[in-house]
Amino acid sequence: MKKLFAATLLIAAVTPASAALKVLACEPEWGALVQELGGDKVDVTLATTALQDPHHVQAKPSLIARARNAELLACTGAGLEIGWLPVLIQQSGNAAIQPGKPGNFAASDFVQKLDVPTRVDRADGDVHPEGNPHIQTDPRNIAKVAVALAQRLEQIDPANRATYQQRAQDFAKRWDAALARWSAQAAPLRGTPILAQHKAWTYMENWLGLQYVDALEPKPGVEPTAAHLQEILTRQKDRPAKLIVYAAYQDARSADWLAERAKIPAVQLPFTVGGTPAAKDLFGLFDDTIARLLKGAGK
Amino acid sequence: MFQRKLLSASLLLALTTPVHAAGSADVAKLRKEIEAMRANYESRIQALEKRLETAEARSAAPAVAVAPSVAPATVTEPAVAAPQAAPVAAAPQSSDSAFNPAISLILAGQYTYTKRDPANYAITGFPVPSDAEIGPGDRGFNLGESELGLSANIDHRFRGVANIALHGDDSLSVEEAYVQTIGLDHGLGLKAGRYLSGIGYLNETHAHTWDFVDAPLAYQAFVGGQYGDDGVQLRWLAPTDTYLEFGAELGRGRAFPGSDAGGNGAGGGAVYGHIGGDIGESHSWRAGLSYLQTKAKEQTWEVADLAGNSVSNGFTGDTRLWIADFVWKWAPMGNATVQNFKLQGEYLRRSQKGDLDYDTVGANSSDAYRSTQSGWYLQGIYQFMPQWRVGLRGEQLQHGTADYGLNATNLAASSYDPARASLMLDYNPSEFSRIRVQFTRDLSREGLADSQAFIQYQMSLGAHGAHTY
Repeated sequence: MKKLFAATLLIAAVTPASAALKVLACEPEWGALVQELGGDKVDVTLATTALQDPHHVQAKPSLIARARNAELLACTGAGLEIGWLPVLIQQSGNAAIQPGKPGNFAASDFVQKLDVPTRVDRADGDVHPEGNPHIQTDPRNIAKVAVALAQRLEQIDPANRATYQQRAQDFAKRWDAALARWSAQAAPLRGTPILAQHKAWTYMENWLGLQYVDALEPKPGVEPTAAHLQEILTRQKDRPAKLIVYAAYQDARSADWLAERAKIPAVQLPFTVGGTPAAKDLFGLFDDTIARLLKGAGK
Repeated sequence: MFQRKLLSASLLLALTTPVHAAGSADVAKLRKEIEAMRANYESRIQALEKRLETAEARSAAPAVAVAPSVAPATVTEPAVAAPQAAPVAAAPQSSDSAFNPAISLILAGQYTYTKRDPANYAITGFPVPSDAEIGPGDRGFNLGESELGLSANIDHRFRGVANIALHGDDSLSVEEAYVQTIGLDHGLGLKAGRYLSGIGYLNETHAHTWDFVDAPLAYQAFVGGQYGDDGVQLRWLAPTDTYLEFGAELGRGRAFPGSDAGGNGAGGGAVYGHIGGDIGESHSWRAGLSYLQTKAKEQTWEVADLAGNSVSNGFTGDTRLWIADFVWKWAPMGNATVQNFKLQGEYLRRSQKGDLDYDTVGANSSDAYRSTQSGWYLQGIYQFMPQWRVGLRGEQLQHGTADYGLNATNLAASSYDPARASLMLDYNPSEFSRIRVQFTRDLSREGLADSQAFIQYQMSLGAHGAHTY
């Protein structure tokens, strides 16, 4: 009996008692945000990288193992991860991260969604009935999510409440300053007509006042076809777009093909943290996004 | 009002009428006017949006204030109240239909060409009962196995899933109907009802997610295509960074290699373990080891005896099946959209021990029977460009040993190793549809080499199902 007790003690001693809060972030932007808000109080792992399509990730064994131990799941929601996250949650056997629990955080619950379809039909491609899930392309959304996420961290890990509050305030201050800077920098972009590979930039277009002309994908989630690209090229004469934007994880061939023929630049944007070398954190993400857009637009 | 209509009609006309050189100045003027109108409306809409936002913020604030505060007294509140975050959500529907389960329907069909008549298909040296699904199926056009799936959370503890298979011959069968726990915690998951067993890699996956039209020969010979049972399943995921999962099942032993022996006890049981992980960003893998044991009681095998007569034998005894499986997937930097590769292989080893009744309707002579047989398959699937995949599968069964005891005067152990090779190409316009062609060289019948060709479609509609690894 004594031995057993000693063994239990030993196990307890080996396991870090005051271990950091284990967070599994579905996308890098939420991983980066949790890191900003949690500092050394959180231990963040990412389910996807900026070079992976968050719509199509495999519920691979390593992710199931991470979901098993996670205390907080920080994801986008709005159907973005529908092809793999439900399997992770089901197979994890982890009560804390089940839908409806505080440990299941969906960022898109806290922003006003755009592109909410009035018609939900798979003939229209991979439509999300909840609205466009790519909310992280507008930094004002990041600010809203940061407030909600900080509250969630406080709720799950009340012992470090003060730290989360303090860091959230600090982040909000820096973010507000950066927002003002970005808005000023991006002012010349207002009204610029753009083509997008995937309809993933609605929130950014809304933020910067970019004029969305068309998507290279004939339908959301359907790979660009030669016929559709040709069609866009023809339409360029009437509604000329000034640049093509595509995300770091996307195949550049379609954008390059069109850019060459339409004689407009194809601009690769980081889309999330880590998408380009300069997008090291959330601030770098938008610094680089705006720098690339300005360069592409020749401003 | 009338004037405005007239104006817009003429505008429309002006825009749709082919532009003549003479009218181009007018058109340009009109365009400018429209642009001005658009800009005007845009600014108005923006102003409205702003008003809406502030109104929303005002209405959201008190709702949050009601929420119980758990702030410890020591924490000083920030001087400026931080904006409270409240989920932005539409009012939920309060009708019963809001609780309807997720419904998905898999539609599948195929055209099958076989050089040999599939009616007398058998795997030489590997007798199976008539309910086992072996062979290429019917020739010509036929409706494949369509599947209707229903699933929903039952309450805060349970989730229910049912998959009803709709067969081409107008019959229905319950493929799966189980309840499972939601977040039992500690990595535990409990399932009860009818389910596909977690043994091996392929067994638990649904036919519409397979990479070939048919199940590997080893699965056909040893578990009749796929092993499902009625029972309970417990799984435990270890709290380690490496994926480590263990499972155990206890069931009726309803289907081949069991035979629904009846009685109060369990007719079948299985244990298995899976391990998996990543190697860098681009590779992931999983490997497993499974053991299945089932009881059979007078399980009927239709075979040909030494005299060449077709006879029915009855097997009563235990079957033990071991499966070693692995799967390895590659995608450049983990991004599988353009290119990816999957290598998958399984080795199955079966031993049977019991009594065999030779010719149950005629001679009916019973004696001990033992056999040890094995089989494997190895397949690679390569997506070489978006939407297109090509796959190759090689497989073989080893006849092993079969001891018929006294019945050896009428029955002989086979010395033939059945084998098959398949090549497939599929086109996936979206994640919901697939069209596939497959060519198979089938040497599963001794002396009757067969060439087979399949054209198949598999489509899913309704709820977006998440796929397992």
